[in-house]
Amino acid sequence: MHPAPSVIIFTTLSGLGFGLLFWLGLGLPPVTGWVAFVFFAIAYALAVGGLLASTFHLGHPERALKAFTQWRTSWLSREAWTSVAALIAMALYGAGLVFFGTQWSVLGWLGAALSLLTVYSTSMIYGQLKTVPRWRTPLTPTLLLAISLAGGALLAGQITAALILLPIAAVLQVLWWVRGDNALRDSGTTMESATGLGHIGRVRAFEPPHTGTNYLLREFVHVVGRKHAIKLRVIALGLGYALPVLLLLLPFGHLIAVLAILAHLAGIAASRWLFFAEAEHVVGLYYGKR
Amino acid sequence: MTQLPERTEKKLGLVIDLDTCVGCHACVVSCKGWNTENYGAPLSDQSPYGADPSGTFLNRVHSYEVQPDQGAAQLIHFPKSCLHCEDAPCVTVCPTGASYKRTEDGIVLVNETDCIGCGLCAWACPYGARELDAAEGVMKKCTLCVDRIYNENLPEEDRLPACVRTCPAGARHFGDLGDPGSEVSQLVAERGGMDLMPEQGTKPVNKYLPPRPKDEMDHIPATAGEIDVLAPLLKPVAEEPKGFIGWLDKALEKL
Repeated sequence: MHPAPSVIIFTTLSGLGFGLLFWLGLGLPPVTGWVAFVFFAIAYALAVGGLLASTFHLGHPERALKAFTQWRTSWLSREAWTSVAALIAMALYGAGLVFFGTQWSVLGWLGAALSLLTVYSTSMIYGQLKTVPRWRTPLTPTLLLAISLAGGALLAGQITAALILLPIAAVLQVLWWVRGDNALRDSGTTMESATGLGHIGRVRAFEPPHTGTNYLLREFVHVVGRKHAIKLRVIALGLGYALPVLLLLLPFGHLIAVLAILAHLAGIAASRWLFFAEAEHVVGLYYGKR
Repeated sequence: MTQLPERTEKKLGLVIDLDTCVGCHACVVSCKGWNTENYGAPLSDQSPYGADPSGTFLNRVHSYEVQPDQGAAQLIHFPKSCLHCEDAPCVTVCPTGASYKRTEDGIVLVNETDCIGCGLCAWACPYGARELDAAEGVMKKCTLCVDRIYNENLPEEDRLPACVRTCPAGARHFGDLGDPGSEVSQLVAERGGMDLMPEQGTKPVNKYLPPRPKDEMDHIPATAGEIDVLAPLLKPVAEEPKGFIGWLDKALEKL
């Protein structure tokens, strides 16, 4: 799959933003007034910034409101609803903390649940696709939820929670990669099943439909980014999970916390790049590619 | 509405004969022509005369080489367009309801004024049947020439999808695959019509007729008797070189 920067930015930032909103909704840390304002401003900048970035890849962003209509079948539509619901609930809850110094706990819990539901809906946009065997697994929503919760804990200064959740997310990340490397093969979709010619013999793409490239090849057959996959995996694991854990084990300081967050963000961005670049869409088989 | 209909009154679709297709790409050209001038946004090209041309097509013809365990490889031309699946994954993922499957005839269509161009339907399609038009920013796909097949302004013989009407080899057939008595259904039954990527669970309406077995005249044993009056004339003229070439062959062998 083509690793479009807009989608990588969107899933990385809004995952982190909604993760922070989850912890804030639980009242962790228990902040009010200006401190609460800063926490909520960061969470909204990440969550809303990510959502806005996602509209950049739309052909007609001016029609985006229509995306609220098909929640019965479409995870993208469900994501639109859950994200708006989470942002409204958390805005009201945040207003209580910032302006009235009161914690409306039930509203906070609701906002926290909706924030997680948003991350789940986003992950199911990918996790539902049979056409991309690497994504089609319950591990996809599990991993994206774990990353969101761990990153959120890191931003919310929940050091104990982050020290537990970051290693869990790292293990899920490795499991997701290991499973993913055999996913296309295990899916049973091959050039033979794609063309229905397997009963005659081994199928080889002889000539593509056009001498030039096309939308399908640009969007679905991205092989360049896979060249450095192993190096990027090491970078993602090191920066995204290992370094933040090491930094959190040091005596706490704001500079160290900022470093841990930046390392985590860079590592998750690398992991998200691989999420797309390594994903094989079965349509590539028609072109003899994967 | 992106909920798929429980069942459709008809299952209009194509039957494509891989035995007959000669790979001329006439269907590609006629499809591009008709669908650029008629229903919906035109199928644009980007730098068509430049160094890196590309464009939107609803129908593309691949060519595959198939190598059996024994015998010669076969070359098979393979036209591919929307298969109008019964369980169309492209429809259910659409967030706006722009994509839908018609209850009356099963055709999968895009309402272009509702399409936000998110591309998710193209991600969900295993066949590469949907392409986002780079100029219009909306999703394009085969309409089964819905503006031809019901069009009473056209002579009756033209009320077929453009690709079917134009195919010079008769490799493309159009009809109701939900009616077991229809010509297309009988063709599928007779020739063992198949689904592409059945494991994806899309239940495609379009069927492909597999290539017939190739003849095996080149390795029929001599004991099988003559198979044609001309057969003796087809025997190799000289199995062992004679005369000057024979002498040269032997001389060079000895060197």
